[in-house]
Amino acid sequence: MSKEVLSVKNLNMHYETLSGDVHAVKDVSFSVKEGESFGLVGESGCGKTSVAMSLLQLQADNAKISSGSIQLDGVELVGMNESELRKVRWDGISIVFQGAMNAWNPVVKVGEQIREAIREHYPEKSKAENTEKIESLFKMVGLDASVIDRFPHELSGGMKQRAIIALALSCDPKVVIADEPTTALDVVIQDQILKEIKKVQELLGLSLIYISHDIAVIAEMTNRMAVMYAGRVVESGPTAEIFANPRHSYTKALLESTPSVVGDRVKLNSLDGEPPSLIDEIPGCSFAPRCPNKTTTCKPELDMKLVEVGPEHYVDICSKESH
Amino acid sequence: MKKNVIEVKNLEKYYEVSGGFFSRKKDIVKAVDDISFEIPFGESLGLVGQSGCGKTTTARALCLLDPKTGGDVKFYNNETEDMENIDSLEDEELKKFRRNIQMIFQDPYESLNPRWTIKDIILEPLNIHNIGDLQDREEAVVEILKTVGLTPASNYLPRYPHELSGGQRQRVSIARTLIMKPKFVVCDEPTSMLDVSIRISIMDLMLNLAKDLEVSYLYITHDLAVARYMCNRIAVMFNGKIVEIAETEELLNNPIHPYTKRLISSIPVPDPSYDRKVYDVNYDELDAIIAKHGTDNPMVDIGNEHYIATHDVKGLI
Repeated sequence: MSKEVLSVKNLNMHYETLSGDVHAVKDVSFSVKEGESFGLVGESGCGKTSVAMSLLQLQADNAKISSGSIQLDGVELVGMNESELRKVRWDGISIVFQGAMNAWNPVVKVGEQIREAIREHYPEKSKAENTEKIESLFKMVGLDASVIDRFPHELSGGMKQRAIIALALSCDPKVVIADEPTTALDVVIQDQILKEIKKVQELLGLSLIYISHDIAVIAEMTNRMAVMYAGRVVESGPTAEIFANPRHSYTKALLESTPSVVGDRVKLNSLDGEPPSLIDEIPGCSFAPRCPNKTTTCKPELDMKLVEVGPEHYVDICSKESH
Repeated sequence: MKKNVIEVKNLEKYYEVSGGFFSRKKDIVKAVDDISFEIPFGESLGLVGQSGCGKTTTARALCLLDPKTGGDVKFYNNETEDMENIDSLEDEELKKFRRNIQMIFQDPYESLNPRWTIKDIILEPLNIHNIGDLQDREEAVVEILKTVGLTPASNYLPRYPHELSGGQRQRVSIARTLIMKPKFVVCDEPTSMLDVSIRISIMDLMLNLAKDLEVSYLYITHDLAVARYMCNRIAVMFNGKIVEIAETEELLNNPIHPYTKRLISSIPVPDPSYDRKVYDVNYDELDAIIAKHGTDNPMVDIGNEHYIATHDVKGLI
């Protein structure tokens, strides 16, 4: 049994807006083990990216972590000041942002931008050492060493994204968060990047948090996963187990609405309605208004804590009791 | 014999690009290079391929948004009950023709005028084509909102696009398109911006409308799984050419062209126990294969109405 690298407990985060507090992350708990790939899946606005931003505490100024704990190797991150956080970012946890390939500084060579990140954390290392490091990283993600001296505009989308992955690995982080790293890329390129990420993750024994709205990508990339809906984790467990035996109605709906190129051509089911506003307080199950399996036994007064229904397989109490 | 709503023969769209301000050199980009296909009434054809392969250029040429530079497009004419070359149309006829061919765009956030109410947006095509009097038009709007599942219509008519969700906005786009009662609709990735759970309801709506109203679609997407759900046949495009075209299941089960194989094997499968084997071929190899098998794009039938662009079928199979 490998040890937990990152553990998130009862995390609550909200954005203070003019129309009220938006509770983007509600009572979220999960842990990521050493060398494991952990998936976070859900629709836009369900809080996936807010969780990622909270882990690095890079959230917007109006975002507040109101309670909960985030521990990296037993060190508490919530409540750290900015200079302590700077040491954790990139060194402890790094992130590949959504659309990050567009975030390269257009007037600085790619290699120099990666060197800058390494210099910030390891000022004692020489330029030659850093270049060597970057070359080995580039090799790992399938880039030619000559890319070091190229400007971002000289690279294709796929190459820029590979270089971003190299950048995320440059300080040997324990945990890498990949937030939809392949959106806006072509299917064939997406496939290559996914393979690259998987290869690097297994090679370096990284802990990876993979965030996506695409359940097919999560199926291929992760060992364990959590499904988020309206700011909460509604189901979590081993990926194979969740696909084989989904317990929450929302997880089932996601699986039933994803088309595939293999297997029989099946009728897909859509889900009526829309996710609730995160400003309002939602008592009980936030999925109840859209739930196709809603029964009279749905108890709105239930506290939506997760309960174990199988080995490491958790689902919110509503789904356990009523379906 | 199925009746075709549209027949495209050797369609070309070339762009001239200059080598720079001081350069006299002119290069030609063959965005769409000699493609042919037809779509029968009530059927839909999927056009898949990587970004930049010419899918959207094809769509814009068919809708007469950008003039094509070569080839013929023939469209079924209701009155003469015959195929009619769109090049022969002028002024009034052309305007009438445009009613029959409509487009749904990718981004419902950008393709609706934010300052107009839903009513104005859907009324606009009727006003432009001067169909019926005001009362007829308003009735038609209410009717079409019902068809696309936005009921009660009175809830939506006075609202603005920003008040609606992505799925509702795309329904408005579909309503605006269908109010002209077109026979042929070009859909350019209409669901790629939507969330999974909403995507299926829009796709189902479009499938039902195709059946009820006998609309044919040219459905452009980069996602073969979506194309499989929506289309009777699929055409695979690469660098401005159609390299393979076949009935959907035939194409997925028996792909011949290396690019089709690569594309199909690149789609992630929503099943962790499925062991996906990637057919690995890079773009340089593909270019070489395509060059070897002929650039003048002869489409060879290998049976089951399955066509491949090649001079040498045996070399591929």
